Amino acid sequence: MNKPTSKSTTPSTQTSLLVRGYEVVIGFETHAQLLTNSKIFSRAFTHFGAMPNTQACAVDLALPGALPVMNKRAVECAIRLGLALGSHVAHRSIFARKNYFYPDLPKGYQISQFEIPVVQGGEVSFLVGTQPKTVRLVRAHLEEDAGKSLHEDFVGMSGIDLNRAGTPLLEIVTEPDMRSSQEAVAYAKELHKIVTWIHVCDGNMQEGSFRCDANVSVRKPGAELGTRREIKNLNSFKFMQQAIDYEVLWQIEQLEDGNAIEQATVLFDPETGETRSMRTKEDAADYRYFPDPDLPPLVIAPEWIEEVRGSMPELPRAMVERFVSSYGLPEYDASTVTQSPQMASYFEATVKECGQAKLASNWIMGELSRKLNEDNTDIAHCPVSSHQLAELITNIAKGEISNNSGKVLLDALWSDPNAKISALIEIKGLKQVNDSGALEKLIDDVLAANADNVAQFKAGKEKAFNALIGQAMKASKGQANPQQLTELLKKKLS
Amino acid sequence: MSEIHHLSVAELSLALRNKELGAVEVATHFLKRVESDKLGSFLSHDPEITLKQAKASQERINQNQSGTLEGVPIAHKDVFVTKDFPSTAGSKMLEGYRSSFDATVVNKFALAGCVSLGKLNCDEFAMGSSNENSAYGPALNPWDSQKVPGGSSGGSAAAVSARLTPAATGTDTGGSIRQPASFCGITGIKPTYGRASRYGMIAYASSLDQAGPMAKDAMDCALLLGAMCGPDLDRDSTSLDIPAEDFTKNLGQSIKGLKIGLPKEFFGEGLDPQVKNALEGAKSVLTGLGAEFVSISLPKTELSIPVYYIIAPAEASSNLSRFDGVRYGHRAKEYSDLMEMYKKSRAEGFGAEVKKRIMTGAYVLSHGYYDAYYLQAQKIRRMIAEDFKIAFSQCDLIMGPVAPSTAWGLGEKTADPLSSYLADIFTLPASLAGLPAMSVPCGMSATPKPLPIGMQLIGNYVQESKLLNVAHQYQLQTDWHKMNPGESAGLTGGSK
Amino acid sequence: MALQPEDIRRIAHLARLELKEAEGSRMLAQINSFFEIVEQISAVDTKDIVPLAHPAELLREVQLRLREDKVSEFDERAAHQQSAPAVENGLFLVPRVVE
Repeated sequence: MNKPTSKSTTPSTQTSLLVRGYEVVIGFETHAQLLTNSKIFSRAFTHFGAMPNTQACAVDLALPGALPVMNKRAVECAIRLGLALGSHVAHRSIFARKNYFYPDLPKGYQISQFEIPVVQGGEVSFLVGTQPKTVRLVRAHLEEDAGKSLHEDFVGMSGIDLNRAGTPLLEIVTEPDMRSSQEAVAYAKELHKIVTWIHVCDGNMQEGSFRCDANVSVRKPGAELGTRREIKNLNSFKFMQQAIDYEVLWQIEQLEDGNAIEQATVLFDPETGETRSMRTKEDAADYRYFPDPDLPPLVIAPEWIEEVRGSMPELPRAMVERFVSSYGLPEYDASTVTQSPQMASYFEATVKECGQAKLASNWIMGELSRKLNEDNTDIAHCPVSSHQLAELITNIAKGEISNNSGKVLLDALWSDPNAKISALIEIKGLKQVNDSGALEKLIDDVLAANADNVAQFKAGKEKAFNALIGQAMKASKGQANPQQLTELLKKKLS
Repeated sequence: MSEIHHLSVAELSLALRNKELGAVEVATHFLKRVESDKLGSFLSHDPEITLKQAKASQERINQNQSGTLEGVPIAHKDVFVTKDFPSTAGSKMLEGYRSSFDATVVNKFALAGCVSLGKLNCDEFAMGSSNENSAYGPALNPWDSQKVPGGSSGGSAAAVSARLTPAATGTDTGGSIRQPASFCGITGIKPTYGRASRYGMIAYASSLDQAGPMAKDAMDCALLLGAMCGPDLDRDSTSLDIPAEDFTKNLGQSIKGLKIGLPKEFFGEGLDPQVKNALEGAKSVLTGLGAEFVSISLPKTELSIPVYYIIAPAEASSNLSRFDGVRYGHRAKEYSDLMEMYKKSRAEGFGAEVKKRIMTGAYVLSHGYYDAYYLQAQKIRRMIAEDFKIAFSQCDLIMGPVAPSTAWGLGEKTADPLSSYLADIFTLPASLAGLPAMSVPCGMSATPKPLPIGMQLIGNYVQESKLLNVAHQYQLQTDWHKMNPGESAGLTGGSK
Repeated sequence: MALQPEDIRRIAHLARLELKEAEGSRMLAQINSFFEIVEQISAVDTKDIVPLAHPAELLREVQLRLREDKVSEFDERAAHQQSAPAVENGLFLVPRVVE
C-alpha cells in the first residue's frame, strides 16, 4: 500500500500557517458516488431515497450463489477522473476483497482495489484565497458502497437498509499535503467541482454522494510526522473546517499536556463542535486482502482512454486560464464564473453577444447570483437568459442606462422574462440622459437653485460638490449620465 | 424394455420423445424410488412440484416442442439454489432456506425440459470427501451401506448409482464429482473451469468450483454436459465466453493413435493393488482400441495437497462470511449483542470441518502470513498448471486413478481428517489447473464386498469431447458402468 | 510454523466464530498437523513466478467483462426476505450497531 513519506516533500510551511507553533498535516480520502444508473456489480437502481431494500437485488444482498458483474460506466467514470486529475490510468488493475464483518456489509467483505488501483498519481490545483496550492494524489480506486444502519426507530436494535450497498464509488486518496483547514476545505471544494464538472458524481453532499475523511496530525516544524487521527464522513464544507480546527487544537492540547496521540478514528459531532473517538475497533483491523477470484483483472485499452479523452469537456482549471488570457478577467473572477459548466457557458454566451467580459462577470457574480440564491435556484433555471443579460449590459456600456437602472431592469425581467428590454426602459423611464445640452441646462438650474453649495465649494469644501451632484441627479430623476454630469459640473464650476 | 430406472438418460430421452413413455409415468416411477430412499441421498423432494413439472413437460412433448432432454428426471446437488426446493448446502446454517432465484445450471436443465426430483445430500458447503460432513446425516454407498459414497457430491453419486434418478448435478472443487463417481461406480465429469456457470452455485472456493453431470455413462454425461454448459456472460464474470457445444458429436470417433499419458507420480506406493489392477485392465482395453501409452511426469503432484488446502479454505473463509445471521440463514436464539450474535450464529450453524477450513483460510490470508502461504500457493499452482502444459505436449490426454483406494468405511477417517485430504492427491492437480477431468467405472474390488473402482481421464482445456469420446469407446467394450449395486462379485466386467 | 492457542483465539475472533475450549484445542491440534504438510511449500523456489489467480488464463488472456449500465433488477423485496430471521418495515433487524 502506498504510505505517505515521513517527511513531506512539499515546500516548507509558511510560518503564518502554524498553530501555536505546530505544523498541521492533513491528507484526505474522499468517497464519491458515481453517476451510474445501476450499481457497480449488479443491475439494481442507484436512486437515493427509495423504500428500504427495494433497490437491493440478490447480488447486493449477498444471497447464496450471487456473483458480481462489472458496470462499464463506472470504469468510464474512473477513466474520466484519472484524465481530469492528470493521473496515470492503469492498463491493468485488480479487484480485491477487503474482509470484515459489519451488518451493512452483506458479503462480509467489500470489493475494492488494493495493490493495483485503476487510477494512480495525479494532482489537484486550486486557490486558497489568492494563493495557489497543489495537492498530490496517491491514487483513486473503484469500490462498492455499503448499506445503511438506521437506529432511530428501533429500541436496542438497528434496521439495515441495503439499497445503498453496491453503489459505485471512487475513493480518492491524497498525499498529506495540506497544511491548514482552509487548504483542506479549498481542496475538497475544488475536487467537488471537478467531479461534478465531468459528470462523474452529482456532488450532493446531503445525500452522501461526496464524503470526506480527513487524516489529521500535528508536529513541530522539521519533526517526523505525528500520529494521525482520522475524522470520518465529513459531508459539509462548513463541518469540515470546524472539525479539523477542533481536532488540531485537541491534538495540540494533548501533546502540550505530555500525552501521546493514539491512532484513532473519530467522528465529528456538529451539535457540540467536537470530534470524539469511535468505539475502538479491537486490534488494527486485519482485512486479509486478496485478489477477488470472481473478478478477472480490469484491462483498459489505450484506445478507450483516448476515446474518453476526446469526449471530456474543457476542465475547470483550463477554462480559468483561458478566461484570464482571452477575456482579460482577473483570476478571481475567472474562478468564480467557472464554478459550474452551466455558469461558464452562460457567461460565454453573454460575452459573445455583448463583448463586455468584465461587466458580464460583475453582473453574473453580483446581482444575478444574489437573485438566484434568494430564489434558491441555480443558473440552469435562471429566468433571465444570457441573451437578455447581454442586451442589458450593452445598454449600460453604451450609456443608454446607468448601472443602477440596470438593477431595476433585471428585477423587472426576473418577474416577467417575456418583457422586451427596450419597452421596459421606456415604461420605467430608465433612459439615461447623455445629451450635454440638456445636462448643461439642468446643471445651470441646479447651480442657480443651490447658491450656498456653490459658494461652499468655491470656498474649498469638497463635499459641496457631491451635494450638487446629488441635487442634479434628483432633478434628472436619476437618469443623468453620472460620468458626464460630473465632468460638466466640474467644468462649470472651474 | 428394462425397468424405467435402468434406462439411461439417452434412452429415456428417446422414449419420451417417441411417446413410448409418458413424462408423468417416468416421474412417478422415480418419485416412488426417491421416497423409499434408505441411502440418505435426498435432502428434499416434493411430489407435487415434480408432477407439475412432468405434466408441463408432457404438454410440450404433445405440442412437439420438446427440449433436448424433455421429461428426463434430474436431481440437483443441494449447493445449487432452487426456488422450488429448500437449498441447504448440507448445512444447518441454511436449514429451510428458500432462494428467490434459480441457479443458472438449474435453469438450463429446466429449459432443456428436465423434471426436478429434488435436492441431493452433500458434504457441508461442498467441503469433504465422504458426505459425512453433511449436517443432515451421511449418504451411504449403495454397494455397501457401511461405506461412504465419497464426497462432496455423495448424495448425487449414491442416487444415480442406486437408480433413484437417471441424472444428477454435482460440483467438483478438488475432486467432488470424480471421487464419489468412482466410489459409486458411475460416470461423472468436471468440465474446464468456467464452462458451466457458477451463478446460483453456493460458493466454496471460487477459483476451483465447477458444476458437472453425474450419470450412468459417457453418452449420458455428454448429453447433460451439453445442456448445462455455455457462457453466462450476464451473471458470472468467470464464465468462459466459449459457445455451448454438442458433446455427443465426437463420441463415435476411433481412438487409434491417441497418445495417453500415465503420470508416474500417480502410480506410486500408496495405490491400492486392486485399484492398480483395475487400471491395468483399462489400459489393456484402451490399447486394444489403438491408444498408445506414454510415461509422463507431473512432478508437483504431492504439493497439490498443501496448495489446494491453502487456496480453497482461503477463498472459502471469505465466501462464507456472508453467513452471519443478518439477512438469511441461522441466527442464534440468544445473544447479548451484535458480536455475540455473529459468533454464536456461525458457531451453531457451521459444522466442525467447515469451521476448521474457515479458520485455516483466515489464517493463511492474515497479515504476515499471506505471502508465505496464500501467495506462495498460488505461485506453485501456476507451476502445476505449467507441468500439465508440458505433459500435453507429449500426450493427448492423461489417465490415472481417481483415488488411492475404494470407498472407506463410515467413520473410518473422521478422527483423522488429514488422511482424507491426502486421499485427494490424484484429483487435486486437475482442479488447480482448471482442466477438464472425468471418472469412468473400470473395475470392482474383490474383497471383501465388491466396491467400484474408477479411472480418471484428464484432458487439455476445453477438450471435454475428447475425454467423453475415449470414455464412450471404452464403455462400448466394457460392462463396469452397467453394473448395479446388489449384483455380487463373480462378474469380471472385462472386455467382451 | 506451529500455531499457538493465542492464534486460534485471534483467528476465531476475525472469523466471528465462537469456539469452546475443547473445540479450540482440537482445532489447534488438527490445524497444526495440517501445517506440517504445508511447510513443504516454503522449500519451493517460486522466484519470478506469477501467481495463478484465474485458471482460465492458461487458455487465453482473461479480462474483466464489462456490462452496459442498465437497470434490470427491480423490487423483489418480499421474495428476497422470505428467509430473513428478523425484518421490520422492510429493514433487516440486528442488535444495535454502536459506532
